[in-house]
Amino acid sequence: MPKDHGIGASQKRREDVRFLTGAGQYTDDINVYNQAYVYFLRSDVAHGKISSINTEAAAAMPGVVRIFTGADFEGVGGLPCGWQVTDKNGDPMKEPAHPVLAQGKVRHVGDPIAAVVADSLEEARTAAEAIEVDIEELPAVVNMAAALEGGSAKVHDDLSDNLCYDWQFGSDPAETQAAFDSAAHVTTLELTNNRLVANPMEPRVAVGEYNRANDESTLYTTSQNPHVIRLLMGAFVLGIPEHKLRVVAPDVGGGFGTKIFHYAEEAFVTFASRQINRAVKWTSSRSEAFMSDAHGRDHVTTIELALDADNNFTAVRTNTLANMGAYLSTFSSSVPTWLHGTLMAGNYKTPNVLVNVKAVFTNTVPVDAYRGAGRPEATYQLERIIDKAARELGVDPIALRRQNFITEFPYQTPVAVVYDTGDYVATMDKMEELMDLGNFDARRKESEAKGKLRGLGVNCFIEACGIAPSNLVGQLGARAGLYDAATVRVNATGTISVLVGAHSHGQGHETAFPQVVAEMLGIDESMIDIVHGDSAKIPFGMGTYGSRSIAVCGSAMVRATEKIINKAKKIAAHLLEAAEADIELKDGQFSVAGTDKSVAWGDVTLAAYVPHNYPLEEIEPGLEETAFYDPSNFTYPAGAYACEVEVDPETGEVTIEKFVSADDFGNVINPMIVEGQVHGGIAQGIGQALLENCAYDENGQLLSASYMDYAMPRADNLPMLDSYLVDHSCQTPCTHNPLGVKGCGEAGAIGSPPTVVNAVIDALQSGGHKVEHIDMPVSPGRVWAAING
Amino acid sequence: MVEVTMKVNGKSVTKSVKGNTLMTEFLREELRLTGTHVGCDTSQCGACTIHVNGLQVKACTMFAAEADGAEVGTIEGQADADGSLNAIQQAFQDYHGLQCGFCTPGMVMAAAALLKNNPKPTEAEVRHHLEGNICRCTGYHNIVRAILAASGQDVPAVAAE
Repeated sequence: MPKDHGIGASQKRREDVRFLTGAGQYTDDINVYNQAYVYFLRSDVAHGKISSINTEAAAAMPGVVRIFTGADFEGVGGLPCGWQVTDKNGDPMKEPAHPVLAQGKVRHVGDPIAAVVADSLEEARTAAEAIEVDIEELPAVVNMAAALEGGSAKVHDDLSDNLCYDWQFGSDPAETQAAFDSAAHVTTLELTNNRLVANPMEPRVAVGEYNRANDESTLYTTSQNPHVIRLLMGAFVLGIPEHKLRVVAPDVGGGFGTKIFHYAEEAFVTFASRQINRAVKWTSSRSEAFMSDAHGRDHVTTIELALDADNNFTAVRTNTLANMGAYLSTFSSSVPTWLHGTLMAGNYKTPNVLVNVKAVFTNTVPVDAYRGAGRPEATYQLERIIDKAARELGVDPIALRRQNFITEFPYQTPVAVVYDTGDYVATMDKMEELMDLGNFDARRKESEAKGKLRGLGVNCFIEACGIAPSNLVGQLGARAGLYDAATVRVNATGTISVLVGAHSHGQGHETAFPQVVAEMLGIDESMIDIVHGDSAKIPFGMGTYGSRSIAVCGSAMVRATEKIINKAKKIAAHLLEAAEADIELKDGQFSVAGTDKSVAWGDVTLAAYVPHNYPLEEIEPGLEETAFYDPSNFTYPAGAYACEVEVDPETGEVTIEKFVSADDFGNVINPMIVEGQVHGGIAQGIGQALLENCAYDENGQLLSASYMDYAMPRADNLPMLDSYLVDHSCQTPCTHNPLGVKGCGEAGAIGSPPTVVNAVIDALQSGGHKVEHIDMPVSPGRVWAAING
Repeated sequence: MVEVTMKVNGKSVTKSVKGNTLMTEFLREELRLTGTHVGCDTSQCGACTIHVNGLQVKACTMFAAEADGAEVGTIEGQADADGSLNAIQQAFQDYHGLQCGFCTPGMVMAAAALLKNNPKPTEAEVRHHLEGNICRCTGYHNIVRAILAASGQDVPAVAAE
């Protein structure tokens, strides 16, 4: 019998009602009295020296309130990077200044040159056209390898070259080399992890409002983590004391990582509203989003895998060039390093794993975390090379994976992390069962009868979610803590507001979080509301990214609720004239063990707030508790994915005929929401594999700056309902958080790209085409070209 | 400025607008009907899908002045007379056909237009009809399921363990 209540119930989402009726409040729906509008004049060249900016004519145009340029931001801080990475020679990474508005030079298409604030957006836009900017165009660097060559143009004149850092991590280089020297077989693969744009359907918006009466600023913004934005913008950019700054992120229309970061536009509207003593609103257009939202991925890698004579993996070595773009976005430096290198062991007991990453500045939009952030890049490399090795050795790719699986936990990898739990055999078994592999040959024959090629791709992955603990990440260069916080505020009548640091932008927190508290207290979910997204209301939490909400913030909520229960038991003991140790809580009733004496939840909460007959000398009135939770380790969800594709050799078109995912997310709070998260992740992964690509030409012009040019997955690109199975029944609960949860938001985006590409290669090889690799997106043109040489 | 009169969700409105005011701007800024969303500037995403004289229209592709005299339907007018979710909206909730909710009004409006013309579409017809609406959260799986369920057809239930 499925649960209809509490942990494990597929409760329908309460937030859906407002979204389905048009009553959601997204940031662009917010208008402040007498607000002005800002339009950013952005660079249309990738690299250039700003010789002059003449705003005189524009400033005289109708409606213009004020025009800002880089000169107005001298003395204002630049946008900070949140993670310092140390070079393998011990030097800190290079951190070039990232001004709010370009100063002296533009470094990518979309770099803001000037900002026009006017009474209407139309007036601002019209005036921006009248700004005379003289830019002396300079040679642009786009290709990472070229950017590292001597004589290349420099993105930042004050740096010695375009190398941000050269990071090395993992096993001893000499021992790793020895493993390669003594290997029975070595497979090598060069691959590109294509640059993507996150594309949440809601473009970014920022509204800055200054209140002269109390010298306070409010920023309404499309953010995944309001407190972090407040800290970064207040302390590092504008120098506003945190208590004078409020950051509100109401309903947010998707994030996928791209709304984690602190952006120039947020700092601008806050700064400008103080300067002109009037609210300032910015709404990104989609084309602007392509040029100003941080991009994702963009790695070029050579990976090598060494195997002994029995096909045991003995060493993995990778060399990656990671594109940083023109500036360091908030968490950009951590993505190719600590979020990528630490996952290069995958699901396998490989004794030597050595990772080298060179991060490179180029004249492109900054690159930062996008759904999965580093883990998709690691998984793609490892799972592609295992497939290539299996083909070279003539062994079954599933058997090769199984043979090398880690099977004992906890497991210390050669790349620092300790997997607490997992059962990779179980997820592989489940995947095989759901995929009906026994009948694959028959399905392949059916495809061949139609003139199509059918391929099977498999993939296993591990990810690290809920990044922590703070004292460890601090040693690794993080400039922020990675705990989260929750306050459980019980009202006199027994209803509850849970104030959380996590931010919901599609994940269903308003439904799933109350399920946990309701289960713990034995009361109905309808008595519990979640409050999030407003720094003036919530405790100092760290927001939502990296599948951390339920594992980290949910754990904080559990700890706070435990404190509530402990105090409520004291109150109940007083009301029942019993010993506290004898009080039991069940179904919202506090009772004395072994008796029929009990008092209801609502009577206890009323007593706490109306303390007429109350032991004030022993217990404080009120019932409100806060907990900050800092995990002792990451959580390690894992999965096994498979898909079958059909390739039309005449056109190169790839169709996904069947898709199965078998995930281990540990305990699951709301299965319906978890499945939805997996569907979304897989769609983005299939998008990366088959469709999506952020393209620049050699001059740094962005060729894919709209949905006319950037291929977003549509309903027709995804597998049909009856051939798409998402399973999370293999559950090995996390051992170090109180809920035993692991995190599910990124799994699909991590697990699906190699699955799809492996399947396409399998299909082509089944047709006799000697194709070993095609870079993503595996578009019809690329497949056709691979087939036809 | 031109004066436009239209019926929006059954209620007559008259406003004076500039000739270049887009229907999205008119609905969102003049009428404060903010359920119609703007997700792109090339008429690709479908977040602004509304009904004009019973036809499915992307509100970013027409001027408000073009709707003079028209019957306009937006997401705010979709609920049943008693204020409860209509069958399509209810199916979206039942089948988890939305996550962040930003594309959702456009999806519901597109689904309503489809089911009006084709009350029992096949899955392939549903997917084809959604070509003009992008969702980044759900992977479309549960949107398709919701629309089929709203059409009265049996679809597999969502996770219920």
